[in-house]
Amino acid sequence: MTKKYKIAVDCAACALKMEAAATKVEGVAAASIGFMSQKLVIDFVAGADPLAVMEQVQAVCKRIEPDCEIVIR
Amino acid sequence: MNARQKWTLGRILTAMAILIGLEFFPAEGWLRAGLYLIPYFIIGYDILRQAIRGIVQGEIFDENFLMAIATAGAMFLGEYREGAAVMLFYQVGELFQSLAVGRSRASITALMDIRPDYANRELGGAIERVDPDEVVPGTVIVVRPGEKVPIDGIVLSGTASLDMHALTGESLPRDVGPGAAVLSGCINLSGVLRVRTTKAAEESTAAKILELVENSSMKKSRAENFITRFARVYTPAVCLGAFLLAVGMPVGRLLLGEAPLWSAWLERALVLLVISCPCALVISIPLSFFGGIGAASAKGILVKGSNYLEALAQINYVVFDKTGTLTRGVFEVTEVKPQGMSKDELLAYAAGVERYSQHPISRSLQAAFPPERQLEEVTGYEELSGYGVRAMVSGHSVAAGNARFMKQLGLGVSEALQSGTVVHVAVDGRYAGSILVSDVVKPQAAAAVDALKKAGVRRTVMLTGDTPNAAAVVAAAVGVDAYEAGLLPADKVTAVEKLLAGKGFKEKLAFVGDGINDAPVLARADVGIAMGALGSDAAIEAADVVLMDDDPVKISLGMAIARKTLRIVRQNIVLALGVKAVFLIFGAIGLANMWAAIFADVGVMILAVLNAMRIFLQPQTNAIAPLLSQDVSREII
Repeated sequence: MTKKYKIAVDCAACALKMEAAATKVEGVAAASIGFMSQKLVIDFVAGADPLAVMEQVQAVCKRIEPDCEIVIR
Repeated sequence: MNARQKWTLGRILTAMAILIGLEFFPAEGWLRAGLYLIPYFIIGYDILRQAIRGIVQGEIFDENFLMAIATAGAMFLGEYREGAAVMLFYQVGELFQSLAVGRSRASITALMDIRPDYANRELGGAIERVDPDEVVPGTVIVVRPGEKVPIDGIVLSGTASLDMHALTGESLPRDVGPGAAVLSGCINLSGVLRVRTTKAAEESTAAKILELVENSSMKKSRAENFITRFARVYTPAVCLGAFLLAVGMPVGRLLLGEAPLWSAWLERALVLLVISCPCALVISIPLSFFGGIGAASAKGILVKGSNYLEALAQINYVVFDKTGTLTRGVFEVTEVKPQGMSKDELLAYAAGVERYSQHPISRSLQAAFPPERQLEEVTGYEELSGYGVRAMVSGHSVAAGNARFMKQLGLGVSEALQSGTVVHVAVDGRYAGSILVSDVVKPQAAAAVDALKKAGVRRTVMLTGDTPNAAAVVAAAVGVDAYEAGLLPADKVTAVEKLLAGKGFKEKLAFVGDGINDAPVLARADVGIAMGALGSDAAIEAADVVLMDDDPVKISLGMAIARKTLRIVRQNIVLALGVKAVFLIFGAIGLANMWAAIFADVGVMILAVLNAMRIFLQPQTNAIAPLLSQDVSREII
């Protein structure tokens, strides 16, 4: 399952790091950040709960760049 | 400027004022250090906080860390003014970067400004303005002049000219009237339209295109992947270098019995750290690709990913489908050969006798001689399967059909080899002539193939399921290097695979089709290009590059944009790495100071961002314009 989230990230290097960190979160099969389009695309592992996984993703992203915003719907 | 940018600007101005003030305030020792710490913290508190957080979490090799170490180091060495100023200029640079990226993002998005803001819903005679997302299919909406068509639908009443520019790049407006399909994203130039929506807003053309372009930056190019891998090695390497300069060199000098010069080497190490920030690279490359994709979509060329833009620039082989790609894919009367009557008379008889037939050939005859011109009365219509049709047209017995039909009627016809379908006509038992109905080569097809060759495409090949005869005529008319005819869809895949096996490692093959039954070949080629995709979801789905209109010239235009984008990407890589390499060496041998370091970091980044914006500055059409302005006479098969 793939979902798309809005993300506000100001620095391109941070986006790269956040992408790498999000990929390592349990339940995430693949993560990709479009810096220009400000979108975060998460491919979830089958059976994962997107909301719970996204909270983890948000946590690791905030660790890298506290200013970043992810809209988890 | 958003709230955060304003806040940063405020901090910059405050810190700057304090620093200028301190120039006139003579303080020494601890007082001086304390006074300079005020602007230093005002301007750099977030960087320092981030750096500390990074150290705690073991994420030490980021730019915050580099800046914090460099400036704190300068403070430690007693260079208070420099330490604070470096932090200040770093923040100025960050602000510039944020503004430049925001601005370019906005200008690229503005190019694709097809998202409808509202829809005028008609309900019981009243019109209300609603969010397009709330409009269900089947609703009647009103589109006034100057408004965007918000949702795909069919015109119920009214006529208007529509500006399709945002969708196809085509500047000629299109006229629509009742019964015509309208697509979201078009702008109504004149007249009020009442439209019955056929789709929901998120299923409409505008939303589909926007989603595609927005997602395109997700598919990363090789250049972007290179930078990601590069940054992973680069920052630790620089930190190691700085450590060696700061500690290794003085210790080495001590061992050699010389003065260690701790502070001088520390300063060099700090300069090295500032120079080394990889931002210019990391930011300018996705920006350039996004710009290239934006510039292409403004011309009606949708590229589904940076990787495809990259491949588009390297195309050496172009394989075309024939029908619908190089030809229009619709049958038209292309030749009328009467015997003993005028062309118009022959057409009138043919159109009359075929009036009630639903065969595509009959419809093309109707189109050549529309019913409103036909006065004749048609009776006794009869369809003879496998032969043709027969009827009484204004009192004359008319028969129209193939050569076999004529033979059956006892009339001899000469059968020359033709690329289309020949309709023979007999009137009152006498042979009256023949009409050739065939597919028409697109007027721009020859120019498109020519432009591809000029752009360095090595080989152009046409594949078709049509007869060798028809293929030969089209191939000669458009000037492709080779063609293969009589292919089934699976044969096309084999043919493309054969070409793929024969090409060089760095060469790329593009397949151009109409996207309707080409899906397997589109997928197999390095770059699958679908044409005339406006309104066809299947084509948008199957291809890597989607041409919104039917114009094959867009292929070379897309290649030109892709090449320009890649050129800028390469320039930026060389610029950023080159300047950094030079300054890193200068810094290591003590020739570059903090100010040079700031230029190497911020200056290069701003240059790279400006360079990326060049993709929009020059009109892309220049390379193609002379080709289009040539009077391309309509080629007939």
